[in-house]
Amino acid sequence: MKIKTLEIPIKKFAILGVLCILIAFFSIVTESFLTTGNVLNIARQVSMLGISAVGMTCVILTSGIDISVGSVMGITNIVGALLMTKYGMPILPAALMTLVVAAAVGLVNGVFVSYIGVPALITTLAMMTLLRGLTYVLCDGLPVWGLPDSFRFLGQGYVGIIPVPVIIMFIIFIIGWVFLNRTKIGRYIYGLGGNREAVRLAGIRTKRVETGVFVISSFLSGLAGLIMLSRINTGQPKIGTAFEMDVITAVVLGGVSVAGGAGSLIGVLLGVFITGILSNGMILLDISEYYQQIIKGLVLLLAVTFDSLAKRKKS
Amino acid sequence: MEKQEILLSAQGIVKRYPGVVALDHVDLDFYKGEIHAICGENGAGKSTFIKVLTGAIQPDAGRIEMEGIHRDNYTPHEAMFNYGISAIYQEFYLIPALTIAENLFLGKEIMKNRLLDRKTMNSEAKALLLSLGVDLDPNRPVGSLSVAYQQIVEIAKSTYQNAKLIIMDEPSAPLTINEVDKLFNLVHTLKAKGITVIYISHRLTEIFELSDRVTVFRDGKKIVTMPTSSTTKNELIHIMVNRELSDTFPTRKGEIAEPILEVKNLSTAALLQDISFTLHKGEVLGFGGLVGAGRTELARAIYGADPITEGTILIKGKEMRIRHPKEAVAQRIGLIPEDRKQHGILSRLSVGENIAYSSFSKISRFCLIQMSLMNQSALKMVKMLRIITPNTHKRVQELSGGNQQKVVLARWLVSDCEIILFDEPTRGIDVGAKQEIYELIFELAAQGKAIILISSEMNELLGMSDRILVMHEGVITGELSRAEATQDKVLRLASGE
Repeated sequence: MKIKTLEIPIKKFAILGVLCILIAFFSIVTESFLTTGNVLNIARQVSMLGISAVGMTCVILTSGIDISVGSVMGITNIVGALLMTKYGMPILPAALMTLVVAAAVGLVNGVFVSYIGVPALITTLAMMTLLRGLTYVLCDGLPVWGLPDSFRFLGQGYVGIIPVPVIIMFIIFIIGWVFLNRTKIGRYIYGLGGNREAVRLAGIRTKRVETGVFVISSFLSGLAGLIMLSRINTGQPKIGTAFEMDVITAVVLGGVSVAGGAGSLIGVLLGVFITGILSNGMILLDISEYYQQIIKGLVLLLAVTFDSLAKRKKS
Repeated sequence: MEKQEILLSAQGIVKRYPGVVALDHVDLDFYKGEIHAICGENGAGKSTFIKVLTGAIQPDAGRIEMEGIHRDNYTPHEAMFNYGISAIYQEFYLIPALTIAENLFLGKEIMKNRLLDRKTMNSEAKALLLSLGVDLDPNRPVGSLSVAYQQIVEIAKSTYQNAKLIIMDEPSAPLTINEVDKLFNLVHTLKAKGITVIYISHRLTEIFELSDRVTVFRDGKKIVTMPTSSTTKNELIHIMVNRELSDTFPTRKGEIAEPILEVKNLSTAALLQDISFTLHKGEVLGFGGLVGAGRTELARAIYGADPITEGTILIKGKEMRIRHPKEAVAQRIGLIPEDRKQHGILSRLSVGENIAYSSFSKISRFCLIQMSLMNQSALKMVKMLRIITPNTHKRVQELSGGNQQKVVLARWLVSDCEIILFDEPTRGIDVGAKQEIYELIFELAAQGKAIILISSEMNELLGMSDRILVMHEGVITGELSRAEATQDKVLRLASGE
């Protein structure tokens, strides 16, 4: 019993340790890594990953998975761009409408998973492919140009020296933390991953909560898609390809159990930075895209291995 | 009677689990080609004994001889393939998508030129089934068969594996009356082939119809083995339950008042048929019966956890449709489930959160849970129910079983529940904590709460209930007042006698 109470902080320290080692390593082997410019650059690069990871955390906590996040990012990218250019909508309504589209995708995912009972992996795999195709259809496979300049602020702006997306990411993390830890829905989400039937017998409509997490995940991925759109100021249909891989890696690295029910957003934030630093460092080291994929795959495998080993030790 | 040859002999079998002796020096011999019935109450040690024989668990002490040879530390696989001991459980280990023949020969396929020899397998399967008195097409997928025929395939599979001893655990439970006849014929065929059958059943009528000898287990001990023809049902029941009522129960206070819950003609698709009863304020209504009698199902149906196909539920005289546990909680009904770890507590959450889990809305402001309010109300409950925990932030999984059970109860008390359904509330809980739970139940009744107590422990049922309803196979078979209830009467009703 005593060991168990010690286990959790050790796990958190382990993530922090990995982060420090990575920072130390890249600071030594590259010159430009530990400069204010690059640190802020990394933060801005990971902001979309971070925002989406908050939603993914909610899903994985209920023991689900959402691999459609990358395609949601892609379709919001194009939908947002088309609304602002082809349909000439002002920025704010266009952005809101894009987010509604994203949330609607999540609603469909959630209904299939919780009410119809299709496994989350299959539902979101189908959605991932379907949305990507739809994205290409919507824009004829071509980039969408001509976005209003004022839209750049979302992805490229600064408050002081802090990039706007970084501020948004931290706000989402704070809201996410409060939501998961201080609201009843948040506590239901934690309960669902541990023990679905016990939550239902406590008098909670579990299917609604389960649907809700997919809406949250899609909504936040949609927000990430909008930020991406603003950063490159062009609608690109291939945006977000393989993004789900980074998001899931970050969440699992952050110590969220794939079986659900355990993990915290503080860990996830660290996981996000580890994933981001790894990508950034590999680019600085000029490692080829091919090798980067191999390394990323290994990192995810390693992270879930630790998760599974920890679980086996407990039982 | 001619002298019988012993097939399997178990001597001095002991199995201990933390806090209980599941098997206490059991000596038992089985003859070649006999039908040997084993009976006893829930938890008497029958299942543990069977698991020892099949090698599923290892005994702490004792000796098993099969055909005169000492065997120990064997696995179920060795038991089945090397010694010829096989068991037919209530769940079958058949693969529904494969045919009867494929299932029979699974792992021992007949090959011809490195390919499956379907023709030979089918004809052998057909012959095997015919020798057991059943004519089935061996090409049919097992999934398309009724439960009875699946059971026959399972039995055929063990005879094909040269079983000398076949153990059947409640084999008639899932069968209809006609199918039970078929099963009996099959058991007699097995006997004629010289196979020993151990037949475990709660149904005493079957034991008398079928078995040559009968053994009674009680509280982990073998009480007696005797020829079935030399005993009677009444004697068997008496032996099964004959024990001193050792636990002392607190004194009952308070009065039974007006009806609060009326169940009328309730049925479910799976099991329950035409259940009607009334529960009063301040009453402890006990539900007795054997495992699978439908008591848990009844509690779940009332609570909206499983759908009701027919019947009505009245709460305080008003008809209510409860389709989800949430609606039950809104009607101030709380359920304390049988499986505490899987269905009761949320093991990874804190004591405080577990207590507040069904009433978060009450302690939230602007959607945010007020942590101070949550801890205050949890602390109040911790004191009132004497939950032993250093603080309310402790994860509930680190508490003892009795304290976890109190946490689940506390959840319903903070939700102001007036009807509380206790399903086996003291299972797996130590003696001291049991006493406390009993006291709490009486305290709640004295406060005017209405209580349903499902219990398989005879002492508890008799000692706690104001009234006892006994169920058997989804039906209420009788009602006993506190004054008239005895162990014999409850068991008789529970066996459907």
